[in-house]
Amino acid sequence: MAYRWKNTLTENDVTPEGVYMNRRQLMAGVAGLGLVGMTGAAQAQGDVLEPSAWDDITGYNNFYEFGTGKEDPARNAHMLTTEPWSVQIDGMVDRPGAYAFEDIMAQMSIEERIYRFRCVEAWSMVIPWNGFELRDLLEMAGVQSGGKYVAFETLLRPEEMPGVSSPVLDWPYVEGLRMDEAVHPLTIMATGIYGKDIPNQNGAPLRLVVPWKYGFKSIKSIVRITVMDEQPLTSWNKSNPREYGFYSNVNPNVDHRRWSQATERVVGGGLFSKRQPTLMFNGYEDEVAGLYEGMDLVKFN
Amino acid sequence: MSPVDPINGTARRVPTWAVYILCLLPVPWLLYQGQTGGLGREPIKALEHALGEIALQLLIIGLCITPLRRFLGVNFMKFRRTFGMLAFIYVFLHLLVWLFLDVGIVSQIWTDIVKRPYITVGMVAFALMLPLAATSNNWSVRRLGPTWRTLHRLTYVVAFLGGLHFLLLTRGIQLEPILYMGAILGLLALRRVPKRSRVAA
Repeated sequence: MAYRWKNTLTENDVTPEGVYMNRRQLMAGVAGLGLVGMTGAAQAQGDVLEPSAWDDITGYNNFYEFGTGKEDPARNAHMLTTEPWSVQIDGMVDRPGAYAFEDIMAQMSIEERIYRFRCVEAWSMVIPWNGFELRDLLEMAGVQSGGKYVAFETLLRPEEMPGVSSPVLDWPYVEGLRMDEAVHPLTIMATGIYGKDIPNQNGAPLRLVVPWKYGFKSIKSIVRITVMDEQPLTSWNKSNPREYGFYSNVNPNVDHRRWSQATERVVGGGLFSKRQPTLMFNGYEDEVAGLYEGMDLVKFN
Repeated sequence: MSPVDPINGTARRVPTWAVYILCLLPVPWLLYQGQTGGLGREPIKALEHALGEIALQLLIIGLCITPLRRFLGVNFMKFRRTFGMLAFIYVFLHLLVWLFLDVGIVSQIWTDIVKRPYITVGMVAFALMLPLAATSNNWSVRRLGPTWRTLHRLTYVVAFLGGLHFLLLTRGIQLEPILYMGAILGLLALRRVPKRSRVAA
């Protein structure tokens, strides 16, 4: 796959946050009269995506290292020290080592990518990320020919992470991708949102974003990337393999064991927001379906 | 004069409508909070959960009335039906929020009821409450006679199913649903305590 993924939206399509917030307040005022429910983001593939509000994106998160409540990360993540930061890149690469965050940023070209974000809990947002393609970072380290998978690891620093005192998951949080998924042009390392540095609760200073997979695959605050020749372990799969598969592609036809994945609710729509249909591969079917040709998506969930 | 007499005397003077008003106050408050951001960024789920928990609490209060009289001599019998009706009202509101605000898609509603065990359990509990709510009035008590008491033992089943519904829907092992179920099972167990036969003094 030698093409670069082209964002059909430009900088001009992103409503400046201030304007966006004012419009939301206006809408919220009307909604407060019980007359309308705010509609969420795009209804179908190809529609222009309306980015979620900054406050929703940064105030409603799953980042269990800072607590299991949705508001806990926004409340507690200020404790996280993100400078200095370095990423250990190792395994089957030509140039293994600790890469300082600044050195990585100096070599990468930052783009804006407005992506749908779909949580396994059936809620969703639209997030205007800033970041670079993971492929470029892997090329910087030089992937060797035998590398078939990429493993990722989140920082584990108990003194800055109140959530890790509970054994909710087996810390540190780990994730992984197949190599073709990792080098796909849609897969990015995000370092910003709305043109600002990415907040701690969203995975500062750099996190993975794989927009066609459930949110938990997009691992936050990465300290280690390992290229390997076998499928890496992933945290949620370890904790409950029946409910969370290695692939975890967004798929409206394959339900979670306890709830339907056919629809989702866009966060930030208030008391009268409606569910909307979940799209196959979260709306990126044209770009990624080829990766899974011939695979049984129920078996490889 | 026994120590519980003042309590019982006060209870006699409190009208049931006052209990209704007091216990229904959370409804407008929750709706107001949901509209003004007080329930967080996903107010539908928060409202649904709050109504369900209040319903469970009211069912538990209702289950306390008989043991309070039997073991402590505290007589709140006149409020037993009130708490039952209040629990029904909250379960009904909880169901309405689920139907119209949470799911809102007819085809998915039926699939969920059939396919998701915790929803099946919840719906069965609601269905069992319908005949109880319909006969929670003096006319029905008189008309049904002894049958009324037998019918209203369904309350035990409803409370158990409500606790089970909560246990089944949480992710992982969480303390709260276990505490509710413990209270419900404990109160049901109290009813198994054998009645002492009266010994002539």
